[in-house]
Amino acid sequence: MAIPVTTTGLPESTAAIGSPLRRNALHRITKAIRTNRKATIGVVLMAVFVFVALFPGALTRRDPSTATTLVFAHPSAAHWLGTDNLGRDVYAQVIDGTRNVLLLAIAVGLLTTVVAMLIGVAAAYLGGVSDSVLNFVTDVLLVIPIFPLLIIIAAYLPNAGNYVLIVVLTFTGWSYTARQLRSQALSLRNRDFLLAARVRGERPLYIIIVEILPTMTSLLLASFLNNALYAVLAGSGLQFIGLGNSNNVSWGTTLYWAQQNNALGTGLYAWVIVPGACIALLGAAFAFINYAFDEIGNPALRPLTAAKVRKAAEATTKRRLARGARAS
Amino acid sequence: MRFIIRRAGFFLLTLWAALSLNFFLPRIMPGNPINNIISKLHNVTPAQERAIEHALGINNKASIWQQYLSYLGNTVQGKLGLSVGNGGEPVSQLIRQALPWTLGLVGIATILAFIIGTSIGAIAAWRRGSRLDGALPPLFVFTTAIPFFWVGMMLILIFASVLGVLPSYGAYALGTTPSFSIAFIGQVLEYAILPALTLLITSIGGWVLTMRNTMVTTLTEDYVRMARAKGLSSSKIMVGYAARNAILPNLTGFAMSLGFVVSGAILVEYVFNYPGVGNMLLTAVNNVDYPLMQGLFLIITVCVLVAILLSDIATAILDPRTRTAG
Amino acid sequence: MAHALADDQSGLASPPRREPVLEIRDLSVEYVLESGIVGAVDAVSFDVAPGEFLAIVGESGCGKSTLLFGISQLLNPPAEISGGSVQFHGRNLVQLTERELAAVRWKDMSVVMQSAMNALNPVQSVGAQLKDAMRAHGMTSKSEILQRSVEVLSMVGIDPVHLKSYPHQLSGGMRQRSMIAMAMLFTPELIIMDEPTSALDVVAQRSLMAQIKDLQREYHFAVIFVTHDMSLVRHFSDRLMVMYAGQVSEVGPTQQLFDHPHHPYTAGLMDAFPSIRGPRVQLTGIPGSPPNLARPPSGCRFSPRCPKVMARCETDPPPDYQVEGTSVRCFLYDVTGGSQ
Repeated sequence: MAIPVTTTGLPESTAAIGSPLRRNALHRITKAIRTNRKATIGVVLMAVFVFVALFPGALTRRDPSTATTLVFAHPSAAHWLGTDNLGRDVYAQVIDGTRNVLLLAIAVGLLTTVVAMLIGVAAAYLGGVSDSVLNFVTDVLLVIPIFPLLIIIAAYLPNAGNYVLIVVLTFTGWSYTARQLRSQALSLRNRDFLLAARVRGERPLYIIIVEILPTMTSLLLASFLNNALYAVLAGSGLQFIGLGNSNNVSWGTTLYWAQQNNALGTGLYAWVIVPGACIALLGAAFAFINYAFDEIGNPALRPLTAAKVRKAAEATTKRRLARGARAS
Repeated sequence: MRFIIRRAGFFLLTLWAALSLNFFLPRIMPGNPINNIISKLHNVTPAQERAIEHALGINNKASIWQQYLSYLGNTVQGKLGLSVGNGGEPVSQLIRQALPWTLGLVGIATILAFIIGTSIGAIAAWRRGSRLDGALPPLFVFTTAIPFFWVGMMLILIFASVLGVLPSYGAYALGTTPSFSIAFIGQVLEYAILPALTLLITSIGGWVLTMRNTMVTTLTEDYVRMARAKGLSSSKIMVGYAARNAILPNLTGFAMSLGFVVSGAILVEYVFNYPGVGNMLLTAVNNVDYPLMQGLFLIITVCVLVAILLSDIATAILDPRTRTAG
Repeated sequence: MAHALADDQSGLASPPRREPVLEIRDLSVEYVLESGIVGAVDAVSFDVAPGEFLAIVGESGCGKSTLLFGISQLLNPPAEISGGSVQFHGRNLVQLTERELAAVRWKDMSVVMQSAMNALNPVQSVGAQLKDAMRAHGMTSKSEILQRSVEVLSMVGIDPVHLKSYPHQLSGGMRQRSMIAMAMLFTPELIIMDEPTSALDVVAQRSLMAQIKDLQREYHFAVIFVTHDMSLVRHFSDRLMVMYAGQVSEVGPTQQLFDHPHHPYTAGLMDAFPSIRGPRVQLTGIPGSPPNLARPPSGCRFSPRCPKVMARCETDPPPDYQVEGTSVRCFLYDVTGGSQ
């Protein structure tokens, strides 16, 4: 699909894979990640979690759902984080739960972005009545408090499994991104390269997919990361209050059992600390990567560390000395 | 101002949409919750049964459309029905008891977070290149990703379980009767510290970061340079010229962030067993108490809409451009 | 009106009648970027006599706006002054602290920026912004402030009712004029203007220029006026300074530069602007483009594009020569037949 778009300024989306342009872009991205500390932390964290999700067997040999008679155990050599109210190994639960959470995050991130894209860009491009209607729906969903709505919907669907959770989270999450994409698409609508496409006789769907979308890659990426973060937090939140399927192994459900059994009051701190910390770290990974891309795109926001300021001052003095030597 | 009137009109429409959602959701969900409600009604008096049906708009003798209209009518009049789980008390009364606790806790925590957060963000942007400015973004990006309930649990762990200095359950000591005495108010404040701190810690990051980013852009604007050229003092420039302009996008962001705040409030009330509407909602869900659930959802929506309207009014006051744009 | 000539280093200029208002010596401004250092202004020197109208012209990117902000100490990072001095009232502005500068600012030297829409605080009324400046310099009486505000607005022909107006409620021309009114608050000795007419249509431009000249005649302040519009400066400026690639290529009386441009760049600029009344001539531009200031060429910066380039131009940077009352940075005018 390497159809050249003239004025996007984003060669990575249009060059054919393997061409020098594409390889150069990959190099630039890895360099940007390496030099920006936030991006590095985020990517490393994410890699750790992905590894754990893909290879749980490498880190624990216990089955997280096996009940034993050793209930409410404190951390020990046999059970690194202790056991829960059914004697299940908490460490194994944390390890195994990673996959569920990550799947949820990625699925919701992708779906939400796709839905938002379709609605937002279509609204911008179609204009007129369809735009007003879609706009109204978007705005209403933006303003209605989402979490209570989630709770109510989840309440009507007891024991919601993962798939239901994905659908529900997507349904409530697309509106913010749709708004952003719509205003971006609106600002592009009358740009010359689009007018050229229209004059060429291309159909609206073609124009939307081939010409408009590549220019919005940065927004789409940010949307994916934002919505993944939202899924991690909101999904865990729903599971924590007992609205997910509490038999699923996930960090949120582990915390649910911890809360139900008063883990804090009985001193079983590891049961509470570790799964929550994992949620925070995974969320942070998404947030760091997102913020780093913000900074990479907008140099004005980049941190001016003391080291950089010093380096710049040294270079200035060197330059001045050189000029002085030349003039005399 | 035409702007405000237009916004108010939009909110009324949204309220209508929320009411309709309330009405139609249980009717389209799989598992037919409406039948569930009706089957659970056998242990209430006939009068209560009628009240509940009235509130939910259930009327087997009328068409869906008529049920819908009567439902709308009843709700607007405040007839929200009777709670199934709380011994048949009127929903509106239960809400009236719980609402002040939530408004107090969330209101104060949010205002504090807004004031402290935007100030930190403004100062950080003003001192670009300092160690403060370098350290803040990573710290606050991290805090925005922490789940509310976990922060609450951590605070309980540290201050209540390990150190034992602050209470972790409820809004006041068990068995005390609420009154307006100094002692009682002192108790309320003491019990509110940890929940409010939880809300503060998780929400402040957003304010700091958005304010810093908008300030950084604002500081490069020509009118800030002009203020320097006029010889104004640093504080006057930072507050009157830079912050005054940078805060405007933040106010609109406030409206967006309310959803976040509401979710936080619900989870925090749950963790601390604070007697607000959030906690009540969760209990209602567990009891399958539909009238109470719906009533709470409505009141939360109304509160959010009012808050957004207030922030819109604030924007209109602070930004003269919105006033004339109409 | 005879003027003090700039640059008496070569000893050819006549002694100045009065002390210059502003003396710039070897002023250099650099942009300190992560990718390297870019020298935007390179060792610029000139004087401004009291009451004179000095215009600075040049292509986009030649450093004229940066020079203005360097003079008025209004640079934003990553730009910084890397050398030279700005003597104003016997003090070197480069060495003053922000607090010391604040006392000088606006009272003795004020600034008019390019776009009033961007330079005026959008959330404050015009009156409030005037009041700001006056309060900052010790005027506290409300009646005094009001009186002066009305005075300056009427100087530029704006109805005092607009004291309550916000910038977005005024027309473009009125906004620019209110900026000039603001600059006149303390009738300073020097007003620096950065392309104040660029955002206006032709008619508004002329009217604004006429207004400025009228005010100058009445209040005797000096003006440094940066623009890229040669036709504007021809009729309104006393002296003209041409900048290229961060350096001054030629400076002298305006009429002189228009009638007999000495520097090949100046000549090229004049040729690019045909006269409406003169004979029809072939329109010529200047081929090529300005040098990359991150790696400036070692000799004369104009040499790659100069139609009269000589061998030494590419290796040795030329000094300033005095020719017929103007200062020219070009080896063509080296009468000594060797390097200085």
